[in-house]
Amino acid sequence: MTHTKISMAQALNQALRDAMHADDTVVMFGEDVGALGGVFRITDGLTAEFGENRCFDTPLAEAGIVGMAVGMAMNGMRPVVEMQFDAFGYPAFEQVVSHVAKMRNRTRGRVQLPMVIRIPYGGGIGGVEHHSDSSESYFAHTPGLTVVTPATVADAYGLLRKAIEFPDPVVFMEPKKLYWAKEEVDLAEDQPGIGKAVVRREGADATLIAYGPALPVALEAAEVAAAEGRQLTVVDLRSVVPFDDETVCAAVRRTGRAVVVAEASGFASVSSEIVARVTEKCFHSLAAPVRRVTAFDIPFPPPKLEKYQLPSVDRILDAVDDLQWEDS
Amino acid sequence: MTTVEEQLLPSAEPVCLIGQNGLPHEHPSYELPTKEALLDGYTELIRGRRFNDQASALVRQGRLAVYPSSHGQEACQVAATMVLKEGDWLFPTYRDSVSIVSRGVDPIETLTLLRGDWHSGYDPYAHKVAPQSTPLATQLPHAVGVAHAARLKGEDTVVMALVGDGGTSEGDFHEALNFAAVFHAPVVFFVQNNEYAISVPLAKQSAAPSLAHKGIGYGVPGERVDGNDLAGLLAVLQNAVDKARNGEGPQLVEAHTYRVQAHTNADDATRYRQDDEVTPWLDRDPIQRLTTYLEQQDWLDDQTRERAEAKAVEVAGQLRDGLMPEPEVDPADLFKHLYAEETQQLREQAAFLRDELAREEA
Ligand SMILES: Cc1ncc(C[n+]2csc(CCOP(=O)(O)OP(=O)(O)O)c2C)c(N)n1
Ligand SMILES: [Mg+2]
Repeated sequence: MTHTKISMAQALNQALRDAMHADDTVVMFGEDVGALGGVFRITDGLTAEFGENRCFDTPLAEAGIVGMAVGMAMNGMRPVVEMQFDAFGYPAFEQVVSHVAKMRNRTRGRVQLPMVIRIPYGGGIGGVEHHSDSSESYFAHTPGLTVVTPATVADAYGLLRKAIEFPDPVVFMEPKKLYWAKEEVDLAEDQPGIGKAVVRREGADATLIAYGPALPVALEAAEVAAAEGRQLTVVDLRSVVPFDDETVCAAVRRTGRAVVVAEASGFASVSSEIVARVTEKCFHSLAAPVRRVTAFDIPFPPPKLEKYQLPSVDRILDAVDDLQWEDS
Repeated sequence: MTTVEEQLLPSAEPVCLIGQNGLPHEHPSYELPTKEALLDGYTELIRGRRFNDQASALVRQGRLAVYPSSHGQEACQVAATMVLKEGDWLFPTYRDSVSIVSRGVDPIETLTLLRGDWHSGYDPYAHKVAPQSTPLATQLPHAVGVAHAARLKGEDTVVMALVGDGGTSEGDFHEALNFAAVFHAPVVFFVQNNEYAISVPLAKQSAAPSLAHKGIGYGVPGERVDGNDLAGLLAVLQNAVDKARNGEGPQLVEAHTYRVQAHTNADDATRYRQDDEVTPWLDRDPIQRLTTYLEQQDWLDDQTRERAEAKAVEVAGQLRDGLMPEPEVDPADLFKHLYAEETQQLREQAAFLRDELAREEA
């Protein structure tokens, strides 16, 4: 197949377009997703191509957007909705937690909600307050939600297509700082499904477990570590819920040491869950406690201070150095 | 006898006291503001416009991360604060920097949010201006709370709560109106309807006859005013503030104006609207209109013009001088002010960063 060099934003756009062609119950709506094509242009051209009934602007109310998607999904459609930014999805929290997450369970499986909530998330774009939150842990903590996040262009396409086809509601978290990064990809190539983690790099000495915006930083750290003589495995989670214990634990058992890298604050988060699971399941394979490189437990800082908040190659390398390589 | 509905409904047409051509209009319920008020307003408008345009220029020079300009909406911006007393409160959005400065807040402190060195740079209690709110309409229930607390304490405070046309679609807008009405809270909800919420035009935002009509369902009287007519704005907003202060409960005012520029510098308005829609609004410019009126009255003497220009030059200079140098930020600030008492964990994280930075320097 043909390889093309495209950005994550373009891949997401293509995924929506292809999904809308493949299934005419797929509809896309939210704030500014019509004529403007979304503030990040992820829905660029969809209204022009599919018409106002398939991709449309709504009034400005996130609870309304998600609530309406619930109703449309109940009535045979596959809505994909956009929250304009991470922190602007909070007005919809009630709908997400009380209805989106619980509908299948409370109706004993009679009502399914095949819907996708797309959320651009994370920092690194110099955004002023409320534009850089990492909100994945709130959703991952809520039983009933499937939470995925691509870190590569190919996954952006593949995971979004799979999310739209998924029988359950998916919170689809898009690392906005990776929107513009281009990669050479073949979109027709099948990607692993929801629930599968992927080993992005093999190395015998320790494992870095990362997802979303933290993945490129982890890969860069592995590159530097290799130059310094230490070989790191890098696991890309892709799917936070369901969690791929098998792939993660296999990597940790092989290497005996692990560092979790995440952009969200560490306390009571996805990263703390990963540490707990790995420790519970791989205790006898571990030569050192599992370390974490996360954001501090503070509100996301203003642009001029955000570099201190984001995981860095140096912090990852320091954490790896701390994995008790020698008994002391 | 008027029915309840008639008391609550806004006038059929937006109140306009000085028309587009600068000619005064008679109005059965509202009087033209005094010459002094209009001349003060003129000065504020000239200064507000310069503030907007200087801030936009500084974005282009990389001195601000982003600037949502109120260019063309300055009459709303300055009227909102001119009608307030010292003890009153203002609850602004990201679009309302000019209103904040007009209230007396330091221009640089106003812009730290948009420069990106700290979220809210000013002391909200100093001028009774709440932190600028970006999550839409979320500031409105706070405004109700401040007003209700003032009432419980026996203070005659009025709260001016600003929101955009798009913001009126959020649940918080409706909850705030209802709460204010039920608790009889002295809040003036002031909607600047600039016809757009980023790319979404008003027609896709609301099917109500006007946004001021949204009050009736909650028992809140609504009024509409030409948002580019400073005289009309001062009259209508003053009336609303006076009523709220006199115990008549919350008031809803919708100003009809237009966002002549893009949503922010980061927005490309050509993607969703045509220039020929914008052009007529340029002729409705609030400054031009007031100037024409003042000239016709022969009230605009050289001294007033010079005073206004001097204030505009002053604020532009303040912005340039204050924003050109790179602000000093201290990473240690990241861990401050989260809790009244710093937690052990935050102390450890602060120490971690301190060590890291010390090692980098070494
Ligand atoms: C809760 C929430 N949702 C979405 C946004 C993103 N957003 C910022 S400004 C804006 C449009 C607001 O329009 P309006 O209320 O008319 O105010 P204007 O910008 O025109 O002054 C949107 C959608 C936000 N800030 N908060
Ligand atoms: Mg607007």
